[in-house]
Amino acid sequence: MDNLLSIVTFLPMVAALILALFLRGEDAVAQLGAKRLALAATTATFLISLAILVQFDANDTGFQLVEEREWLFGLSYKLGVDGISVLFVLLTTFLMPITIAACWGVEHRVKEYMIALLVLESLMIGVFVALDLVLFYLFFEAGLIPMFLIIGIWGGKNRIYAAFKFFLYTFLGSVLMLVAMVAIYIDAGTTDIPTLLTYEFSAAGISLFGWQIAGGMQMLLWVAFFASFAVKMPMWPVHTWLPDAHVQAPTAGSVVLAAILLKMGGYGFLRFSLPMFPIASDIMAPLVLWMSVIAIIYTSLVAMVQEDMKKLIAYSSVAHMGYVTMGIFAANQQGVDGAIFQMISHGFVSGALFLCVGVIYDRMHTREIDAYGGLVNRMPAYAAVFMLFTMANVGLPGTSGFVGEFLTLMGVFHVNTLIGLLAATGVILSAAYALWLYRRVVFGDLIKESLKSITDMTAREKAIFAPLVVMTILLGVYPSLVTDIIGPSVEALLSNYHTSVAEFAPATALAASH
Amino acid sequence: MIGADLAVLIPEIVLSIYAMAGLMLAVYTTKDGMAPALTYATAAVFAIMALYIAATGQGDASSFGGMIVVDDFARFAKIVILLSAAAILIVGQEAMQKSGLGRFEYPMIVTLAVVGMMVMVSAGDLIVLYMGLELQSLALYVVAALRRDSVRSTEAGLKYFVLGALSSGLLLYGASLVYGFAGTTLFAGIIEASMGGMSLGMMFGLVFMAAGMAFKVSAAPFHMWTPDVYEGAPTPVTALFATAPKMAAMGLFARVVYDAFGMAISDWQQIVAALAVLSMFVGAIAAIGQTDIKRLMAYSSIGHMGFALMGLASGTGQGVEAMLIYMAIYVTMNIGIFSFIMSMEKDGYPVTDISALNGYATAQSGQALAVLVLMFSLAGVPPMLGFFAKYAVLVAAVDAGLVWLAVAGVIASVIGAYYYLRIVYFMYFGEPREGLNGRMSIIQFLGLTISAVVMIAGIVNLFGIDHLAANAAQALVR
Repeated sequence: MDNLLSIVTFLPMVAALILALFLRGEDAVAQLGAKRLALAATTATFLISLAILVQFDANDTGFQLVEEREWLFGLSYKLGVDGISVLFVLLTTFLMPITIAACWGVEHRVKEYMIALLVLESLMIGVFVALDLVLFYLFFEAGLIPMFLIIGIWGGKNRIYAAFKFFLYTFLGSVLMLVAMVAIYIDAGTTDIPTLLTYEFSAAGISLFGWQIAGGMQMLLWVAFFASFAVKMPMWPVHTWLPDAHVQAPTAGSVVLAAILLKMGGYGFLRFSLPMFPIASDIMAPLVLWMSVIAIIYTSLVAMVQEDMKKLIAYSSVAHMGYVTMGIFAANQQGVDGAIFQMISHGFVSGALFLCVGVIYDRMHTREIDAYGGLVNRMPAYAAVFMLFTMANVGLPGTSGFVGEFLTLMGVFHVNTLIGLLAATGVILSAAYALWLYRRVVFGDLIKESLKSITDMTAREKAIFAPLVVMTILLGVYPSLVTDIIGPSVEALLSNYHTSVAEFAPATALAASH
Repeated sequence: MIGADLAVLIPEIVLSIYAMAGLMLAVYTTKDGMAPALTYATAAVFAIMALYIAATGQGDASSFGGMIVVDDFARFAKIVILLSAAAILIVGQEAMQKSGLGRFEYPMIVTLAVVGMMVMVSAGDLIVLYMGLELQSLALYVVAALRRDSVRSTEAGLKYFVLGALSSGLLLYGASLVYGFAGTTLFAGIIEASMGGMSLGMMFGLVFMAAGMAFKVSAAPFHMWTPDVYEGAPTPVTALFATAPKMAAMGLFARVVYDAFGMAISDWQQIVAALAVLSMFVGAIAAIGQTDIKRLMAYSSIGHMGFALMGLASGTGQGVEAMLIYMAIYVTMNIGIFSFIMSMEKDGYPVTDISALNGYATAQSGQALAVLVLMFSLAGVPPMLGFFAKYAVLVAAVDAGLVWLAVAGVIASVIGAYYYLRIVYFMYFGEPREGLNGRMSIIQFLGLTISAVVMIAGIVNLFGIDHLAANAAQALVR
């Protein structure tokens, strides 16, 4: 199939269109129909996306399955995957059926909910396969619309504030990237990402309003892209939208947000910041590493004092994303491999944790940690599942969480021992908040009157968790599944990166001696 | 040779004769009873003229010694003007009838305004420019005050007239200065006179003319009339103000700065850039507090004119192309939005308060979705066409070295996104309550949905508008 990627990208959107045009009514039959169609479409998308993996050749470091058509304004509609992006596509298609299945209990405007989720899936896949700057931006930004609606319509009490904050925060971050993209287009004369990856942007220092800017144009572009990805990631100190958005979002919204949308930031760093602006990245790497380590320690401490389960997991996500940025800007094989691995693993683990919260929220309609306690007495299966994902979140060896954290720590240790040391404390802190949460919710005596009649997970809920459990353990004991696919592409990326940095260093030394 | 001169002006002549004949016919027959038929006939005539211009036009033509210029640029602008005016007449017809404004004069006055607009974008001479501008303005003053028994509407008409007259005065004063220093009113002569640099007098003339034209495009700081007039005028008339005259005024602006002052790009570039940045921010910030959707759309149009001016400010052919694309997309969006605003009513009375939209999505999911698409398009969020409009002007601005302007523009667009989102918020997140209960007519529904579908379907190839705009820009910027 020549247009496999297009099919995978747009299949959910076609399903959304069918829902929008042909499904009428709000009664239970229509609702069930909408859910079934959405589940069928996302499952089909996942099955078809497996063909991408089959056709993918991990040893080829270039872009594969490329499709290209002409488009407006000299842009092109170009899709393709390489070792860095292919797993994100699969992560998305894998998680979406689970997400749809997880909102089977929704009864409020179901059709629109399904449409929003399906459109969102198309746009998220589009982000990872787009090989044209503006096409990438289009998918990247358009994803805000369905997410804005998901939070705003199906969210919690304070959903309006959260929806607006989410939208405006991320919109501001990314419009600066748009200006940078335009500048790239003017400078390089193309928006084709593979071409731009080999294009060398000027890094000669320039002076702007009397400020000397080391790294010149590369630095300005890097900063503009950084503004966007750092907000999306989110990195400390621009993470404040995330806890609000997570707390107010419905369960499915939280899962998509944590498991996939956040990964766009990390993907952006790998796709744009490192390969296109290596010199600026090299200059800014220490700053990013310090920001990451602050994020790891600070947000872990903040997570510890949260009263709300979702907020706690949201802060823990910020901390885990700190490992990702740290690994990426360590700029060595272990670091970047670890960062990608951490993102994939976090997709499963944080998604599962939000689902765990969803399970008890559906029963008790509260996310207050204090409202629970002793659940193990009535919900043994739930306790086991929650335990596994808590351990994965902590980074216990044998779960996927361990591999990512270990590799990124190893990577950063090569670069800066102190940062490596400080970041390693995050492992302890994450154990503290995650296990404490688990103890308060699951262990202890079941004394609360309201919990006495709580029921264990249904068969549907167990089925939802099953694939996530399998993936978490599988990747934990057999990480080569991932590292074999990403390894060659990462190696190529890093060798280009280090060549550019090395070429630039003697040039500046020469200029300084004159 | 008079025949050849007139041949260039056939569309304008046909429309003028049509307007006169229509007036006569209606006066001597059934008067207002003919209003609906005349409205549709006028729209049809506009569409035919647009087709005629599209079919016959090739290359450049000028008549009366260069006083009238018909090139690809003029054709592009004229087609946009004609089609948008036709669309507004059709979607507005029912609302006019309902509010007791189904007068036969309305389509005829609009026809005269359209003739004025077509002359504006074809002007090759200061006198012709002024003639077109005044024909358009006088006709629009009248339609703004069409609802004679309403204080709001007459106030709007009067305000528009007084401020409009002032701006015409400014423009005329500038034109007289330019004439005095260049010794000719012909654009071709002015550009020759400014070949070796502009004299101080001409510079003053340029500034005054720019101020007058900025008033017509409602660019800040000459925007004060816009919200009041938009709010006071009957909604279909507001819809007209938001579309065709904007295109005409932008076309005129581009025409003057390139054809007459094309040698002094760096001089007017600063003026236009300042207008652009002020308009974008005034439009974005002042709209936040609005509760009336028509006032909100007024500020929105100020902001959008700022973006279109950003294209013009780049001083390149690419910039003009971007401006034209921007205007075409902007006009299409406004036709859809105003189709919707016209249908907003409660118990048979028109409503313009935004809070009336509460829970609209539950009641009318199809319409709400279309409005949502248009709102995000106006905000410039991809993948809607509104984003590509902004992208085009940003590329032009950055290419011309105006990076600061581009950065200011995107920041303004984030601020502006807030109030577009607020409308979405009312429709989708608001609690359903006794809100709008009028039924949307088929024509309004079509206006709304077609506009929304165009905003999404257009991303495939922009319906070829970009090529037409490129040709048009090439004709203007040589």
